[in-house]
Amino acid sequence: MSIEVRNISKTFGAFKALDDVTLSLPKGELIALLGPSGCGKTTLLRIIAGLEHADSGSITLSGRDATSKTVRERHVGFVFQHYALFRHMSVFENVAFGLRVKPRAQRPNENVIREKVMRLLDLVQLAWVADRFPSQLSGGQRQRIALARALAVEPEVLLLDEPFGALDAKVRKELRRWLRRLHDELHISSVFVTHDQEEALEVADRVVLMNKGHVEQIGSPWEIYNQPATSFAYSFIGNVNAFRGRVEGGNLRVGNDLLAHGSQELADGTSVIGYARPHDTHILPEFAGQDGIVARVNRILTNGAVSRVELIATGECRKDAPEYFEVEISPAEIASLGLEAGKRVRLASHKLALFNDTTQGRIQ
Amino acid sequence: MAGAAARLAPNPRSASRFEANVATRDPGLVKVVVLAIGLTFFAVFLLMPLVAVFAEALRKGWGTYLAALIEPDALAAIRLTLLAAAIAVPLNLIFGVAAAWAITKFDFPGKQFLITLIDLPFSVSPVVAGLIYVLIFGAQGWFGQWLFAHDYKIIFAVPGIVLATVFVTFPFIARELIPLMQAQGRDEEEAAITLGASGWQAFWYVTLPNVKWALLYGVILCNARAMGEFGAVSVVSGHIRGETNTMPLHVEILYNEYQFAAAFAVASLLALLALVTLAIKSYIEWRAGVAAQVEIGS
Repeated sequence: MSIEVRNISKTFGAFKALDDVTLSLPKGELIALLGPSGCGKTTLLRIIAGLEHADSGSITLSGRDATSKTVRERHVGFVFQHYALFRHMSVFENVAFGLRVKPRAQRPNENVIREKVMRLLDLVQLAWVADRFPSQLSGGQRQRIALARALAVEPEVLLLDEPFGALDAKVRKELRRWLRRLHDELHISSVFVTHDQEEALEVADRVVLMNKGHVEQIGSPWEIYNQPATSFAYSFIGNVNAFRGRVEGGNLRVGNDLLAHGSQELADGTSVIGYARPHDTHILPEFAGQDGIVARVNRILTNGAVSRVELIATGECRKDAPEYFEVEISPAEIASLGLEAGKRVRLASHKLALFNDTTQGRIQ
Repeated sequence: MAGAAARLAPNPRSASRFEANVATRDPGLVKVVVLAIGLTFFAVFLLMPLVAVFAEALRKGWGTYLAALIEPDALAAIRLTLLAAAIAVPLNLIFGVAAAWAITKFDFPGKQFLITLIDLPFSVSPVVAGLIYVLIFGAQGWFGQWLFAHDYKIIFAVPGIVLATVFVTFPFIARELIPLMQAQGRDEEEAAITLGASGWQAFWYVTLPNVKWALLYGVILCNARAMGEFGAVSVVSGHIRGETNTMPLHVEILYNEYQFAAAFAVASLLALLALVTLAIKSYIEWRAGVAAQVEIGS
C-alpha cells in the first residue's frame, strides 16, 4: 500500500512536532524514518496509523483518503517499542487476538485460527513458545511475537515504532537482519522509526531523514550517506568534522586559520560551514605553509587497519570550548608524520562540503 | 535469560536474608524491644477488642446470641445493610471503572480536578457527607418542598441511606484502579485497536483482565465500608427501628438501651464480616503478588 502524507502539522502545546510534512512512500518498500529524538518521527508514524490526530493535512492510504478513518478501518499493523504484548494472554492468544475480535461474519473458525497462528509463529521461528506468557520471553522474542501478532490481521502496511530500541546491541543487529529478510519474503510495505542511523542505512530501501518536525532529505541509504542534501543531514549521518567560517577568496577563514575550499564562485564574506568526513580530512605538519586549521593531537586510537586521531582545535576562535576533530589515517602515516599526543598539526581537506550557515542550503 | 538470574539472585526484600547476614543483623536487644512493642500494641488495640466483641456477645450463651440476631428489628437492619451494599457496590464499580478509565486512558481538561474530587469522600467527615444530603433533600433543603409535594421520601428513608453509602464508598474502587492503570499505560489498548478491536473489546479483553485483582480488591474494601458505615448513614437515617436502621445503627441503639449482649451479638456479625473481608483481601493480595511475580520474572 502506498502512503501519501500531505501537509501534515501537529503541535503539542507550544511544541511543534510536525511542521507541514509532505511525503510520498511507494508500495512494497521498507522505509526508515530517521532522526534525532524529538524530531517528530514517532508522531508522524502514529498519525499514519491513526493513533494520533493531525492538526491539519491529510493521509492517503492506497489512493484512498484515510484522514478521518478510524484506526480499525486503516488496516495497518503497528509494532510498539515496548512490545505492548497482552500480558495476561499466552503467546498463541496474543497472535490470535486480531482474528478473534473480527466481526462474527468475518471471524475464521477455530481450526483456521490455530493453523494461521502456528504458521505465523513458524515464520518468526517461535512456534515452541506458543503456550508461554510474554513475561517468560526475552526482549527479542517478545518483539518477534509482536510482529507476528501485527501480521495476523494481514495489514496493508506495517508500521514499526523504534522496534529494536529497547534491545541490547547484539540482539538488535540480529533482529534487523531478520526484519530485512522477512520483508524480502513478504514484500509488505513497511515504515519503521529509528534514531539509529546505522540501523536505517543498513535495513531500509529508502530513508526519510527528519529534523525538528520537517523532512530534511529522502533518498536511498547510499544517497543519504554520500550526498547529504542539507547541513543537518551532513552532521547527523556518520562522523564529521565541522569548520565554521567566512569566505575569503579561495579560502575559508576559520579564526586565524585559512582552509582552502576549492570552490570558484563564492562571494567574499559569506558565512559558511564546511564539513569533511574523518577519512577525507588530512593531517599536515604544522610548519607546512599557511593553509589548514591548527589543532593539537589529543589521542591516537589504533584498532585494526585504520587509526583514529582525535584532535583539539587550538585556533583563536575556539577559546571557550574545545572543539574536537577526528581523522582516520593509516598507522604508517602516523609514523611518517611522527604524531603523538600534544603535537601541533594542521588539518585540511580536499573534499570539503560547504553549506550556507544562514540558509542551511548546500553550496558545494 | 534474565528471568533465571532474577530467580537465582536472593530477593533483596526478604527479611530472612537480611537476618542471616552478620553485616546487616541488628543486635538481639533491638529485635526483642521492637517485637515487644509491636506485639503489645497489636494485642491491646486489635486482638483484645476483637476477642471482647465475641466474648461479650456470647456471655449469656448461644440462645441469647441467636435470639438477638433473629429478632425482627435485627433482621430488618441486616436486610437494609445488605440492600445498601448491594446497590452501592455495583454503582461504585461502574463509576470507579469509568472514572479510572477516563483518567488514565484519555487526556481532557479538568482531569486533575476530577482526580482530586474523587478523594473528597475520604477527606470530608462522614457526618458532613450525611448533612449534605439532608441540606439537599431534607424537608428544609433545596428539593425538600418538591419532594414532599410529590410524595418522594429520601431523607429518613432507604434512598437517603443508599445515597450516603454510595457517597462515602465512592473512592475505593477508583483509587485502587487509577495508579495501576496509569502504570500500565495505553500501549496494550492501542495495540488492541490496531488489531481491529473495538473500544469495548479492548476494554473487555485487554484492560479488564489486566486490572482484575485490583478491581476485586477495591470491591472488597468498598463492600466492607458500605456495610460498616456509621456517620453519614446515621445523619440521614432517622433511626426508625425496623425501617431505617442499618446494622451499625442498630448496634448503637441496642447499646444505648443497655442490651449489651444483643448489641455485641450484632456487632459480632460486623466483626465477622471484617474478618472475612481480611481473609479475602489477603488471598487477593497473594494472588496478585503471584501474578506480579510472573510479570517480573522476565
